[in-house]
Amino acid sequence: MKLIINGETYAELKADMSVLDLLTYLNLPKAKIAVECNKEIVPKSGYKTVLLQDGDVLEIITFIGGG
Amino acid sequence: MAADTDKLVIAGREFSSRLVIGTGKYETYQQNADALAASGAEIVTVAVRRVNLTNPDEPLLVDFIDPKKTVYLPNTAGCFTGEDAVRTLRLAREAGGWDLVKLEVLSDPKHLYPDMEETMRAAKLLIADGFEVMVYCSDDPVFARKLEDLGCAAIMPLGAPIGSGLGIQNQVNIRLIVEQTTVPVIVDAGVGTASDAAIAMELGCDGVLMNTAIAEAKDPILMAKAMKHAVKAGRHAYLAGRMPRKKYADPSSPLAGLI
Repeated sequence: MKLIINGETYAELKADMSVLDLLTYLNLPKAKIAVECNKEIVPKSGYKTVLLQDGDVLEIITFIGGG
Repeated sequence: MAADTDKLVIAGREFSSRLVIGTGKYETYQQNADALAASGAEIVTVAVRRVNLTNPDEPLLVDFIDPKKTVYLPNTAGCFTGEDAVRTLRLAREAGGWDLVKLEVLSDPKHLYPDMEETMRAAKLLIADGFEVMVYCSDDPVFARKLEDLGCAAIMPLGAPIGSGLGIQNQVNIRLIVEQTTVPVIVDAGVGTASDAAIAMELGCDGVLMNTAIAEAKDPILMAKAMKHAVKAGRHAYLAGRMPRKKYADPSSPLAGLI
């Protein structure tokens, strides 16, 4: 399936991935980020249960230096 | 008030330091962490951005500044509408679990003045959503009052444009805001050097927030230390109560008993 993650297209992902599967695939530190799927926040408690659909638009954020 | 029991209280949280520092513009996160230690600050502002997907091993701010020891204050820098600000801070809350946030809705990149109409709108949305909002605002006492009435946790007027280092440009307005406000007033932006921070505190502000003044000093660690002392000195001078200004000289040594 295809996902848009942080503005980039990921075209060849396997189907039926959970958010947790995706974060593991991307090798991201789960404790230090937040995930938004189609402009809705996915709570950490939903990482295992929320299944991603073809065409979903995700934003994955963290904290960086700022004023 | 005894200087050693003097605490800054924001939304029920107590802080010993009245200095808040940013985490932008440093050469490295390590330098940032060292400056933080030298400054004695207990709160840092942070930005919310997309993770780097191509290099997940990139150093993270949280690896250098521990969010369990230092309060992270996520900001909305780069947001130009209320909706953007709300979206950003909801994500920040999910990532970190913090409800204390810095709202800034900017306008023109040339001067980075806050868009007060959007700031007001975003503040309303965030407060309704359970956030404790520390709000970056213009040094306008009328808007400062409106933001306080909305329920903001701290009013943070600019001293001068963000990153300009020009110092407190309108002391009259800052003083008016201090006098009318019951929540903490923190000068946010415009401080260039230690005396600017001391002036803000002498005007009665409850704290000072700065980033560039430390990060772009030739020696950021030493400047962080200078700011720590300046904020304390200004606070003590404010609490001590300055002598009245006089038009003419007044000798310090008695004139009586001269030989």
